[in-house]
Amino acid sequence: MNFSIYDFTSFNQWIDQFLRSVMSPFWAIAVEMVIIGLAILLFYALVGLFLVYAERKVCAFMQNRVGPNRVGPYGFFQTIADFIKLMLKELITIKNADQLLFNLAPFIIIIASFMAIAAIPFAKGLHAIDFDIGILYVIAVSSLGVVGILLAGWSSNSKYSLIGAMRSGAQIISYELSVGLSLLTIIILAGTMQFSAIVEGQANGWFIFKGHIPAFIAFVVFLISSTAETNRGPFDLAEAESELTAGFHTEYSGIKFAFFFLAEYMNMFIVASIAATVFLGGWMAFHVSGWNGFNHIMDFIPPFVWYIGKTFFVIWIMMWFKWTFPRLRIDQLLTLEWKYLLPINLVNILIMAFVVLMGWHF
Amino acid sequence: MSAESLILFFIVGAFLVGFALVFAHYVAPNSTNPQKAEAYECGIPTEGLTWLQFNVGYYLFAIVFLIFDVESVFIFPWAVVMKELGMIAFVEIVIFFFVLGLGLLYAWKKGALKWE
Repeated sequence: MNFSIYDFTSFNQWIDQFLRSVMSPFWAIAVEMVIIGLAILLFYALVGLFLVYAERKVCAFMQNRVGPNRVGPYGFFQTIADFIKLMLKELITIKNADQLLFNLAPFIIIIASFMAIAAIPFAKGLHAIDFDIGILYVIAVSSLGVVGILLAGWSSNSKYSLIGAMRSGAQIISYELSVGLSLLTIIILAGTMQFSAIVEGQANGWFIFKGHIPAFIAFVVFLISSTAETNRGPFDLAEAESELTAGFHTEYSGIKFAFFFLAEYMNMFIVASIAATVFLGGWMAFHVSGWNGFNHIMDFIPPFVWYIGKTFFVIWIMMWFKWTFPRLRIDQLLTLEWKYLLPINLVNILIMAFVVLMGWHF
Repeated sequence: MSAESLILFFIVGAFLVGFALVFAHYVAPNSTNPQKAEAYECGIPTEGLTWLQFNVGYYLFAIVFLIFDVESVFIFPWAVVMKELGMIAFVEIVIFFFVLGLGLLYAWKKGALKWE
């Protein structure tokens, strides 16, 4: 039995065989599910806490401030303190709100982000479910979140919430097209929608390099449209503080508000990890063909570190967007999508198909 | 793991929110106050209905979105088999996109993509 941080397949098989040798198959599967459930829960909580901290630090440095620095070393435990504070805050029931939908909305948003995480490959052999249609599945599930946002805005019975939710609905369904079409460009090149096969296909070069210019255009379009889809950055019209107080979650308080906040960061993590997996090679190391010594050193870094590094690089770019660009107006937002990104995407898909057909890609 | 285990992720998500809500119910303070239960609107009592008819612009975008979303159902399988089919698939998608582009152009000229 040899464990390796480079390949988790044997580790998974070992756990499976061990559990099956101690108990009946039904209980073995049940125990595996509990282990995976706890692991995902822990991972989710850690990433959420870290991203909130990272956002505040990045924002602070971009604005020439220090940021949180009181709780723990470098203010590292600030998010945990905030979480405890939110937990201890009163859950206010709005008088004329639709109680059922009002309470259902956080459930939908969190469940949608959980189910999207199920398909993401973290390292070799370290993914929960390896779908044949992985990309399609993630696009489908992550767009379920908009139902939660619309429900939250509608059921609060507040004008700010309703305007925020409507804007968010129009924005998310518009930019979802660009997300799907820019990923399609890479599906043409990869010839598969399965995440593990896509990552394997990048063993001799990441798709952003292999796919020539169209792949790079697709990456830029994906970055813009996924920033918009997660209601972030210059596209945060749904919760424009200066005009709508907090948009669709104006009326939420305490821990319910914390879930909306958490879901925003987790959605950002999900789109960043899709960008890292599809365009930047997922857990594959960075290789330059011919440089054998260099490639060998790169192989030494574990796949999980590569994955996390690339994901956080994309997240950092998205935070950079947020703290440097001014917010768009709703007509500018919709014009950008329908009159620029969508036609660019359609032409880009044709160019990519032609490049693949002629074999001009690397 | 197979696709059935998706239910696991559903349960874990629901458990996280449900558990936190129940926990907060016991930990959080609770003091009722009629002012507190009002919907927020600059601090004064809200004026008029909230659940009323909404700008038609949003619906137009939703309809155009629907057209393109249905179209992507056709493009996804095409993209997967594009390499094997070769030239035939490329010519077909050019025709498909031409028709699709005409649709977008029509919506554009009709002003469906313009925000008022």
